[in-house]
Amino acid sequence: MALRTESILVNMGPHHPSTHGVFRMRFIFDGEVIVDMEPVFGYLHRGIEKLAEGRTYAQNIPFTDRLDYLSSMTNNLAYVLAVEKLAGIPVPERAEYLRVIMSELMRICNHLLAVGFLLNELGAFFTPLMYMFREREKVLDLFEMVCGQRLTYNYMRLGGVSHDIPPEFLPAAKKFVREMPGRIDEYERLLSENEILLFRTKGVGILPREQAINASASGPVLRASGVRWDIRRADPYSIYDRLDFDIPTGEVGDTYDRYMVRIKEMRQSTRILEQALEQLPGGSVCTRVPQLVRPPAGEAYGHIEAPKGELGFYLVSDGSVAPYRFKIRSPSFINLTALRDMVRGWKLADAVVIFGSIDIVLGEVDR
Amino acid sequence: MILKRLLDWLAGYWPEWAAYVVVGLVGIMVLIAFFLTMIMVVIWLERKLIGRFQVRWGPNRAGPWGILQPIADAIKVLTKEDIVPDRADKWVHLLAPVVAFVPPLLIFAVIPFQPDAILADLNIGILYVVAVGSIAVVGAFMAGWGSSNKYSLISAMRVAAQMVSYEVPLVLSIIGVILVVGSLSMMDIVNRQSLPFFLMQPLGFLVFFLAAAAEVNRSPFDLLEAESEIIAGYHVEYSGMKFALFYLGEYGHALAASALVTALFLGGGKFPWGALPPSFIWFLAKMVLVFCVLFWIRSTLPRLRVDQFTGFAWKFLFPMSLINIFLVGTELWWAKEMGWSLFPWPFLFLNWAIAGMLVLVWPKLFQLGVGRVEV
Repeated sequence: MALRTESILVNMGPHHPSTHGVFRMRFIFDGEVIVDMEPVFGYLHRGIEKLAEGRTYAQNIPFTDRLDYLSSMTNNLAYVLAVEKLAGIPVPERAEYLRVIMSELMRICNHLLAVGFLLNELGAFFTPLMYMFREREKVLDLFEMVCGQRLTYNYMRLGGVSHDIPPEFLPAAKKFVREMPGRIDEYERLLSENEILLFRTKGVGILPREQAINASASGPVLRASGVRWDIRRADPYSIYDRLDFDIPTGEVGDTYDRYMVRIKEMRQSTRILEQALEQLPGGSVCTRVPQLVRPPAGEAYGHIEAPKGELGFYLVSDGSVAPYRFKIRSPSFINLTALRDMVRGWKLADAVVIFGSIDIVLGEVDR
Repeated sequence: MILKRLLDWLAGYWPEWAAYVVVGLVGIMVLIAFFLTMIMVVIWLERKLIGRFQVRWGPNRAGPWGILQPIADAIKVLTKEDIVPDRADKWVHLLAPVVAFVPPLLIFAVIPFQPDAILADLNIGILYVVAVGSIAVVGAFMAGWGSSNKYSLISAMRVAAQMVSYEVPLVLSIIGVILVVGSLSMMDIVNRQSLPFFLMQPLGFLVFFLAAAAEVNRSPFDLLEAESEIIAGYHVEYSGMKFALFYLGEYGHALAASALVTALFLGGGKFPWGALPPSFIWFLAKMVLVFCVLFWIRSTLPRLRVDQFTGFAWKFLFPMSLINIFLVGTELWWAKEMGWSLFPWPFLFLNWAIAGMLVLVWPKLFQLGVGRVEV
């Protein structure tokens, strides 16, 4: 006898503990199986792209903090790189090093949260997350030393960075870099080989190589699908061509690969930090730039490998003090493109995990 | 037993039935007070311990070491507004917390804390426990259905799947114990354990422990209230004291499960080297220890998915419990044939060896669901 069944529509979000902010997924379930999913967003839209057209180039830096608020440093960096390209502003070497140090600290910080929340969504009741918060706290302390802020740093400037590092920064940063590999081992010992974790993540939410490229995914999501594409290597900016590091990739592009790629990237980031802290030259940290930068009319695209993927700023200048067009290519938003295909056919519990493994921040999706 | 003496004393003045009722009520009151106090203690202990597992302090504001935290929580839930969803089935919604809260309390009636401290030494004790224990699930189902919330509904479906899957190995693993004891009375079961049964029947212990953890929705089987998926599951629409009843019921059930593990497999109130202090202290100590293992698991492991959860019950726990029954039965028959006293030492090693081997080999024989459904 066949029972008559009916699929149900469930709204997950915009206020749901696992949607990383105010994302909303409209699911159609057949029992626990996802028949269809439609992402709905825009709850955090602030119109930053339009607002930025009314402000000067320097005034726009704080806006970028508020995009991906978990990795403000790299947002700053991507924006100032674009403006520097547009206006041809040189950057002192010490500032370049500081920028790289901050970006890599930010990457560790971001991946700690990404991995921690992923494990939390798998049901590992906050324990891994709390371990990771412990380390994140140390990074935030470092950021507080250099710019006085713990979330929205506003540290990078056109032509350098806002402050030189205080004397206590270097010892603290070196201590952190020494400790970090051991800490990562600790996280891995806790759960990486765990049977339940493997069952829940291996083969789940596969994003095949071709599809990842077609969806123009980037960052750990793309690399987990087996594409060796990292802008730090593909189009080196700042001083990344002087540093020695590997690009970890996954094989099948499942949730486990995305988890492992992030763990491995944290290890690589500590390697980069080690070298950068060692080589840090002296000198000034900022070129003297006029208060009102007037780049020549034209356009520029500055992009970096942000922790979540390729973050790009496309700027068009009409020769005035404010950008004529200010377009953000945000990795969170574009990585979401493939979400529907990734979750269809999986169960409710998987949807949360697959979504978590993409690692988005709504501030960046909605801008 | 104090109650017995009270009964005799009262019967001297009052008619017998009145004395009986009064004494019964006194016993129930004592048990409820004990039950609620224990729950408060374990809630505090869990929060404190999990805090330490997670490199933080845990509650430390209310009273010394945060010991008044459960009381602060109780005051909070009592003063909260009680919200009933507009579309909810009012009666089902109202009754569900009660149905969820009472069964663990009923289980405590037959828990043998000490030879003279058991409210009712029923001759079908363990059967009663199984029967009453599964009613709590109905409470969760009622809540899930009555709230008319889709998350609750999903949780209610999971409750049904869980009840069907985990009752079976739970009951079958008890059979191994009953075979040896030859009685269903909880007191007899404890008395027969000159050697705790978890040493004798490691397989039965393992199955019972896991199935009990699943039965009381402790992690990694906490799918019913999977916070990251369906927020709070069946009690998402409850607030105030109704929510608190679910909360108490959940902890009470977990406490009852650890009491059962203690009574069935850890030798109840028995102390390995004679009875030094009163044996109920040993019982409580073992019970809290089992509970701490549950916290420990909870704070470490991720959660299973619903198909893996049922698959684990049917593909692992169910065969294991059958093998356990077969093993115990064969050994008993053999011992009887040879005229030995029950369970001689060599069987202990044999059972451990078989259990170890099975636990290592069996999971290789099947796959828990990983598949994607074509839609």
